[in-house]
Amino acid sequence: MLDSKIPTGALKDKWTNHKFNEKLVNPANRRKYKIIVVGTGLAGASAGASLAEMGYNVESFFFQDSPRRAHSIAAQGGINAAKNYPNDGDSVRRLFYDTIKGGDFRSREANVYRLAEVSNNIIDQCVAQGVPFAREYSGYLDNRSFGGAQVSRTFYARGQTGQQLLLGAYQALMKEVGKKNVTLHPRSEMLDLVVIDGVARGIVVRNLLTGQIESHAADAVVLATGGYGNVFYLSTNAKGSNVTATWRAHKRGAYFANPCYTQIHPTCIPVHGEYQSKLTLMSESLRNDGRVWVPKKEKDPRPAHEIPEEERDYFLERKYPAFGNLVPRDIASRNAKEQCDAGRGVGDTGMAVYLDLKDSIARLGADIIKERYGNLLDMYAKITGADPYKTPMMIYPAVHYTMGGLWVDYNLMSNLPGLFVVGEANFSDHGANRLGASALMQGLGDGYFVLPYTIANFLAQVKPNAKEIINRGEFKQVESDVKAKLNKLLSIKGKTTVDEFHRKLGHLLWEKCGMARNEAGLKEALKQIPVIRDHFWNDVCILGSGEEFNQALERAGRVADFLEFGELLCIDALERNESCGGHFREEYQTPEGEALRRDDLYSYVAAWQFNGVGQAPTLHKEELKFEEVHLAQRSYK
Amino acid sequence: MSKKINLNLRVWRQKNRNTPGKFEVYKTQGVDVDMSFLEMLDVVNERLTKEGKDPIAFDHDCREGICGMCGAVVNGQAHGPVRGTTLCQLHMRNFKDGETLVIEPWKANGFPVNKDLSVDRTAFDRIITAGGFISVKTGQAPDAHSTPVPKVSADIAMDAAQCIGCGACVAACPNGSAMLFVGAKVSHLNNLPQGQPEKKTRVLNMVSQMDKEGFGNCSNSYECEAACPKEISVIHIAHMNRDYRQSNLL
Repeated sequence: MLDSKIPTGALKDKWTNHKFNEKLVNPANRRKYKIIVVGTGLAGASAGASLAEMGYNVESFFFQDSPRRAHSIAAQGGINAAKNYPNDGDSVRRLFYDTIKGGDFRSREANVYRLAEVSNNIIDQCVAQGVPFAREYSGYLDNRSFGGAQVSRTFYARGQTGQQLLLGAYQALMKEVGKKNVTLHPRSEMLDLVVIDGVARGIVVRNLLTGQIESHAADAVVLATGGYGNVFYLSTNAKGSNVTATWRAHKRGAYFANPCYTQIHPTCIPVHGEYQSKLTLMSESLRNDGRVWVPKKEKDPRPAHEIPEEERDYFLERKYPAFGNLVPRDIASRNAKEQCDAGRGVGDTGMAVYLDLKDSIARLGADIIKERYGNLLDMYAKITGADPYKTPMMIYPAVHYTMGGLWVDYNLMSNLPGLFVVGEANFSDHGANRLGASALMQGLGDGYFVLPYTIANFLAQVKPNAKEIINRGEFKQVESDVKAKLNKLLSIKGKTTVDEFHRKLGHLLWEKCGMARNEAGLKEALKQIPVIRDHFWNDVCILGSGEEFNQALERAGRVADFLEFGELLCIDALERNESCGGHFREEYQTPEGEALRRDDLYSYVAAWQFNGVGQAPTLHKEELKFEEVHLAQRSYK
Repeated sequence: MSKKINLNLRVWRQKNRNTPGKFEVYKTQGVDVDMSFLEMLDVVNERLTKEGKDPIAFDHDCREGICGMCGAVVNGQAHGPVRGTTLCQLHMRNFKDGETLVIEPWKANGFPVNKDLSVDRTAFDRIITAGGFISVKTGQAPDAHSTPVPKVSADIAMDAAQCIGCGACVAACPNGSAMLFVGAKVSHLNNLPQGQPEKKTRVLNMVSQMDKEGFGNCSNSYECEAACPKEISVIHIAHMNRDYRQSNLL
């Protein structure tokens, strides 16, 4: 059993007591410690800025050209906080409860409570940084509601909340760059973790412009490298988003937890062609004003406007009258799939449902709808060539967020001492399903208000020696492993492109380990993945050399990791013989088709230990103890 | 089935910063009009790779018009012919069968070429480092409602804050000026009550850094606004100039 190091005491006092009991680093000593932060999304930028402000020496690594590009920037809808400004019954306890329930009782109580506790500080911090949240005419902040909640607790900046929050964190980071407390390493991709005497002591990176391989040592390493949704090839993630940093840390000993918890977002623009490179999300906030429906008749050929009201099935409103169109994402997605599988899907492919703004436009006027969602609707029109103000939008679920990630304890430290993991890259706060507007909360909560405390406790117990440790042979060894892998990729000179392999893997995983999974399908995927992987290592085509800007080589390294990680994803999904949140096993459902949890058997975190490529990993369990909440089947009816 | 078109692509190829570049022509057939511009380049690159030719390097990431990583000049226009659109959100239905497309990287003093269509925009980060922030440390913030912000100010700030830092404004400007980028950040922060204490040093330091990076002065041609994928108004350049003048006087 893994020790999550959850502090003792009442739930509401744990974090406060823990902060007091943690060791501190004297302000004069902080500059002697070096901290590596990989990734500059909400979690990485906020952590980097906060640690630098405290006086630590921060080195920030990212594969894009600027820290401002990280994919947090694409988050649209909003960020939750328990401010209760609308006076509608919200509280820290309710945000905590909604998040635990939304996660289908598969997250750690203490972490989620802490997240709800710091949520209000995040809003304060962002407002002070100049994040232009939406405001009412009074000058006070506006809120809206999101899936899985019956209160309005979501703060937003038009449809670009992630962008504005990230720019706030980025600017805070750049402020520290100016003070020389942070050194930026743009276009640098982490390709390995260096572990010395069982402790994470540094990373090996490739400069993507020159191809140079470099070692960097530190007193602690923080991974803020996001999720692994691109294992499915088509997802709403940025093209560069990858599992490489966390996977290579996993191969060096860090446990990977709950990889099968993948979130399929219900409102994305449907797939339209073979060449398609990514899927585009339409914010869940649209479900505030949009009604989801399909024709009652199967394969109804009529365009939407010719289908009379009584022949439309507003299936979410019908099945879940209390939450209606605002049910959590996993439920909304599964219901859309169910309708399409039953032949009631719409559009050319029949793999879409309508999201209709007509009633809201009639009630509020097109101007209000434009003010709320203008940029989203423009984007929809650009991509599809259809006008969402006039005809209902067509949407279909797509891979969006991954709740699984590297295992961390309450201090956000992995099982490898010195390796901290924050944001989407860790597994801890969302359980089996993440509620809308909670990813931004967790990324910033980890970076601004949790990690700065917990990392100090670790550093206070070690002597700063990054300058000396860099001379240890382990760094040279890892560098040569990295170079050997790159050279191997370049030497294959096969006939199949990197993207062809990626598409093939993605398609297989979407079919067998996507929105619904079953034992036979997972076993089939586990048979096929090693075949694709072998083919990759014998036939991938990468031109050019490793000593130059070589984008195919970058992608090849990432796809090579997805080809290993995909296997673990299926192993985890096969091992978990229950349905919960984003993990839906067809064998385990209620008579109404809802996810059937098996709390007596699976109320644990599955943390996997790497034993070699193609070798069965070892499962370590962390038991989930619920002291405050009563486990129940989720009901949104 | 959606429509297919044929195109002649004249693409700028340049190995690295120190090697002179030149145009190469790629005849491209059967381009699905529902593709995005970058998906079209993906297809060309797959073909080039199979033919053993070096694929075209281009920066991109989110492919939904918000990260600011992509961009190229298409037929003389930054991000191509459609207003308010990044290259990744530009779809091939905007082009005609048989058309020739000239595709070049951003060209400006401040943006040296890395390879082919990829340029170095780290100058923008250095300008932000010079003053594009509010100096509040984590933990120092008062309650979010302690300072109401008039909706009008919040909206102006948001209009400016939408900038994605792609650099199209610089690429479009006859003088390679970065004033829309800098103006947008100055205007975002200086329009908010939280931005007031550092208002003057912010504008002075950012403008000074902008000049050091080799960007030109505003030429009043408004090409930046026309090219901006977020349609940020040149009014923010006026806001910056106002703040700059006031900061120098006092």
